[in-house]
Amino acid sequence: MARSSLTDEQTRDVVSTSRAAKPADGGRTRRRRRRRTFVTIVLFLLPAFVLFALLVLVPFAVAAYSSFFKWNGLGGPPDDYVGLDNFKKLFGDPVFHADLRHMMILVVLSLVVQLPLALGLALMLSQRFHGRAVYRVLFFAPFVLSEVIAGVLFNILFSAENGIGLAAGWLADPSRVLYALFIVLTWKYFGLHMMLYLAGRQNIPQELLDAAATDGAGPWRQFRHVTLPLLGPTIRISVFLSVIGVIQLFDMVWVLTTGGPVHSSETMAVTMFNFGFRRFQVGYASAITMVMFLISLVFALFYQRFVMRRDIQGAITVMGETR
Amino acid sequence: MTQSAHAGRGMAGRRRRPLGTGMIYLVATALGALIALPLLYGVLGGFKDAGQLADHPLGLPHPWVISNYTGILKSHTFWRPVGNSILIAAATALIVVALGALAAFVFARFAFRGRELLAMLFAIGLMFPFQVAILPLFVLLRTFGLLDNPLGVILPQAAFALPLTIIVLRTFFRQIPREVEEAATIDGCSTFRFFWRILLPMARPALATMAVLAIVTSWNNFFLPLVVFNNPDWWTVPVSVFQFKTQYSTDYARVLAYTVMAMVPALAFYAVAERQIIGGLTTGATKG
Repeated sequence: MARSSLTDEQTRDVVSTSRAAKPADGGRTRRRRRRRTFVTIVLFLLPAFVLFALLVLVPFAVAAYSSFFKWNGLGGPPDDYVGLDNFKKLFGDPVFHADLRHMMILVVLSLVVQLPLALGLALMLSQRFHGRAVYRVLFFAPFVLSEVIAGVLFNILFSAENGIGLAAGWLADPSRVLYALFIVLTWKYFGLHMMLYLAGRQNIPQELLDAAATDGAGPWRQFRHVTLPLLGPTIRISVFLSVIGVIQLFDMVWVLTTGGPVHSSETMAVTMFNFGFRRFQVGYASAITMVMFLISLVFALFYQRFVMRRDIQGAITVMGETR
Repeated sequence: MTQSAHAGRGMAGRRRRPLGTGMIYLVATALGALIALPLLYGVLGGFKDAGQLADHPLGLPHPWVISNYTGILKSHTFWRPVGNSILIAAATALIVVALGALAAFVFARFAFRGRELLAMLFAIGLMFPFQVAILPLFVLLRTFGLLDNPLGVILPQAAFALPLTIIVLRTFFRQIPREVEEAATIDGCSTFRFFWRILLPMARPALATMAVLAIVTSWNNFFLPLVVFNNPDWWTVPVSVFQFKTQYSTDYARVLAYTVMAMVPALAFYAVAERQIIGGLTTGATKG
């Protein structure tokens, strides 16, 4: 808030100095100039605003609205108001319960396995050794590929006919398919988190670690009491990205398993796709997206309120430094 | 406690390599092999025929079959989606950077009533997942006849990329000293000229980062083109990889070859624009 009011003043300064620069020749010129400024503002802002309103805000409002209707999405706006029926049905649906369970499992696995792995590798790669650049490129390579490419590749690799070794047939096994999905997600995304940690690690001044070492701190205590706390903001952001990514997961699941076998790897977005684009129960599907949105929103608000609060200043500083 | 103190004494001398070089190589190589394995499986699999792939999924091809790759390289079903993806990514980046820069300029350099409210409206857009909008978006695009039309993918992608672009560019534009604008105004430079001839060139690194971010997001987008494009002539790379796999479900060797070929443009782009991609990631992350 303080930031923006400061810039308000700055901007006003600019306007007033430019006005003072030319001798003011009466109210008419000033009014004309003010009107021209107004026209500039509108012309510059309008295209972005129209696009954003029409294709982000409106669809969003329609999704919220239609979640209270029984609607097939064809012909005309929704008119069969059903109140909270869609939501009642949703919370009684075992498929949706499974979606939530899968989400929780994937979140826990990501936080307990994937992120520590990424952190360990980042710390390893922040040391100097021959071929470090090659490993860095290799570890990051999967992230550059799209989820679809990764999904198709692993779909074949995990398949019963062409799969390799132990992995063969995992996708057909309801008790293992979720772990197969997690392995692919880790393969694809740990490189992103590794890169974030590497960037964070490079911002830690070597003097701090040297000072700790001089004071007799071993590698573990250097990590625990210097590196880890200073990486705090980066870690909190990567946790945030990871959780939000899992909540909204679609592409990878759709390509790898289409949610099967028998819903055992289904996510909320996949359920939504099935109801919205296959069975044309758009109202019900919208209710699913609203729950998905609310879960993301509640998580984001709580997280930013209680976990990232301290980092907001830091985040802005990092922003400045990235360019 | 005693253990770490002990370790501390032992390692204090080589503080940059707590793990020891040998250990590092071991771990890095083992993990590197695990990461590379699926990629190798794909590349080698593309050189097999269906029988070989089923019998020896991990072995070297024997004999090496190159017809999968050469067939794909000669085929329309590969180049057409690549062209579509390039067109759609470029158009998305152009629109989002152009509109985003205009709006960010106003947000950064003008004071007017309701500015913070409007800026907040855009910022809220960061919170809206694409998946929530996709059903109404589909209905909307159908109403406007934009299904099977590249604009049906380009415009929504640009709209969803606008919030982050505006926020980042606004921060950047604010950092440009106002003396620059004063000098320009005194020299009789109009607002648009200042924006076009002075501000934009100065902001080139930030514009490049946001453009690259939009290109990568567009290139990888699957959900929207999947529902918008029914006509194979418009399929983008991810959609056509997915459809190719469904179509050739009896010949996975050929699917692997296709998938490997589809990796090449993304990897090539990464090689060219690595700095912007990494920069965009850290920027996006700190704002997400």
